[in-house]
Amino acid sequence: MPIEIKDLTHIYNPGTPLARTAIRNINLTIEDGEIVAIIGHTGSGKSTLVQHLNGLLKPTSGTVKVDGVDINQKGVDLRTIRWKVGLVFQYPEHQLFEETVWDDVAFGPRNMRLSDEEVRARVERALAAVDIDPALANRSPFELSGGEKRRVAIAGVLAMEPSVLVLDEPTAGLDPRGRQDMLRQIQRLQEERHLTVVFVSHNMAEVGALADRLVVMERGEIVMEGPPKAVFAERDRLEAIGLGVPEMTALMAKLREMGWDVPVSVLTVDEAEKAIMAVLRREARVGTRGDL
Amino acid sequence: MDNKESFIVVDRVSFSYTAESGAREEAALKQVSLTVAAGEFVAIVGHNGSGKSTLAKHLNGLLLPTSGDVWVAGMNTKDEQHRWDIRQTVGMVFQNPDNQIVAATVEEDVAFGPENLGLPPELIRSRVDEALAVVGMSEYAEASPHSLSGGQKQRVAIAGVIAMRPRCLVLDEPTAMLDPVGRREVMETISRLNREERITVILITHFMDEAVKADRVVVMDGGRVVREGTPAAVFQEMDLLRGLRLDVPPVIELASRLRARSLALPEGILTVDEMVTALCQLRSRI
Ligand SMILES: Nc1ncnc2c1ncn2[C@@H]1O[C@H](COP(=O)(O)OP(=O)(O)OP(=O)(O)O)[C@@H](O)[C@H]1O
Ligand SMILES: Nc1ncnc2c1ncn2[C@@H]1O[C@H](COP(=O)(O)OP(=O)(O)OP(=O)(O)O)[C@@H](O)[C@H]1O
Ligand SMILES: [Mg+2]
Ligand SMILES: [Mg+2]
Repeated sequence: MPIEIKDLTHIYNPGTPLARTAIRNINLTIEDGEIVAIIGHTGSGKSTLVQHLNGLLKPTSGTVKVDGVDINQKGVDLRTIRWKVGLVFQYPEHQLFEETVWDDVAFGPRNMRLSDEEVRARVERALAAVDIDPALANRSPFELSGGEKRRVAIAGVLAMEPSVLVLDEPTAGLDPRGRQDMLRQIQRLQEERHLTVVFVSHNMAEVGALADRLVVMERGEIVMEGPPKAVFAERDRLEAIGLGVPEMTALMAKLREMGWDVPVSVLTVDEAEKAIMAVLRREARVGTRGDL
Repeated sequence: MDNKESFIVVDRVSFSYTAESGAREEAALKQVSLTVAAGEFVAIVGHNGSGKSTLAKHLNGLLLPTSGDVWVAGMNTKDEQHRWDIRQTVGMVFQNPDNQIVAATVEEDVAFGPENLGLPPELIRSRVDEALAVVGMSEYAEASPHSLSGGQKQRVAIAGVIAMRPRCLVLDEPTAMLDPVGRREVMETISRLNREERITVILITHFMDEAVKADRVVVMDGGRVVREGTPAAVFQEMDLLRGLRLDVPPVIELASRLRARSLALPEGILTVDEMVTALCQLRSRI
């Protein structure tokens, strides 16, 4: 489901001394089935932006269209928009409220008036997708560890089976394996159900691995946009606005400064290994020693 | 427990939460023993639900062991009369900064701890200003903490505990919501407090590149401590770590792969800069 954002501005507490423009003149189109990552320093407006995608925040000015419909128009049923566009908050605590983990995940599907059977099937699938032990289903969601809470919050949104998945820092607080699994899961869902995915992240390696396109925010505006490799090629600019590049990209940049002929567009350990071996082999061949 | 070096001693601690339903859950900590020396920087890593936050809350007496003891600077956390001293000695930054907001403005929030200590107003002022500057939040001194972004709240929570100058800092995933530069700045601040002010630091993190900065890494699994050692030693055990849902920093993985291709890289490469130096040396010998 495509999303079209036009001239979107949001001011918190408008007309008061506490007024703060959190995002300004945002124009962004997200294609159907695309995976877009939003990155930017603390306070740059990422959460504010994504909370507009399902009508949770109202634009101060500008429009948000989901599947061609302006979601803030009179007469639009925001509930159905929220079923189509599932949003997971940055802090799972803001989202969990039921007595048990099970009820929390079942909340959305029940609201959608699905049959008990369908609700059960969806809750089970969603909990499995985020790797939550069924033994935790009767526990209060507030009696979970930080990472477990995040998984349950994500399950609650997955269970609604939305066409657009919006995730605000979905892997923060997950253990390294959990982070990887979550990325795979998102990718799998995108492939199987042709979901449109928008996610916010501070993890450069992860956005590099998952996103088709990066959107870089700075002080409420979009300042860069493009495929990960193209964006990460501008390391200095990213650093200047509080971001960075994946560790392997940084390593390549430093090696280049030391006269190594390695490509800049390296994101992973695999690629770095190949690049370094290529240089050393080439030079070993030219030199007298041939043992590399 | 007489060892002066042992600033914090966790002695065979087990802990079970009692669920709202009244049912006792499986133990979250099982016979955990751990000693931290004054001035040490210890990182704790482990899978989700392995017991890290539960252990952290034992270090300032917020939770008390079901069995076993925790000693802080010679005081047993079970000892009612030391409770106040222990809270002053060990400053905590919780995993969710929302739980930590107590005041209507950012500066009042940061001043809350020092005020509680009964410090003179001028000193409170200077500590608050300094702490906010350290975390880059001076601009927001008068904002309401509730109106901050996720990462800004996290920075304010860190400022709050820095302003208290406790002898020991326990930080539960303090950088989970920070941008890369913010993460680096917070890590530098933590290292500086540890190095220059000899503040004992216990850092819980899922970022292995942060754990590498510690003197010692403690690995938890299912409520137990399963490994401890220097970062270089612990991160050598890549298969073990992966089996525990953990990982190694990309640089360490790269070093190990290059060694497997018989490049003569020295042991103990942990950072990008160390890798660059080692590779350049190697290349100059070709
Ligand atoms: N409820 C609110 N009231 C007033 N100002 C707010 C509110 N929420 C956010 N802000 C301000 O709006 C700006 C953008 O905040 P937002 O939460 O969108 O940032 P973010 O990019 O998500 O940051 P982070 O990476 O720290 O989560 C910040 O300056 C923040 O202080
Ligand atoms: N209030 C609570 N009541 C009951 N059980 C709890 C409570 N808090 C945590 N637990 C359980 O105790 C175990 C340890 O949780 P803890 O929060 O210490 O883990 P953690 O290592 O900090 O995990 P994370 O990396 O996800 O933050 C988990 O199995 C968790 O489900
Ligand atoms: Mg945010
Ligand atoms: Mg925790």
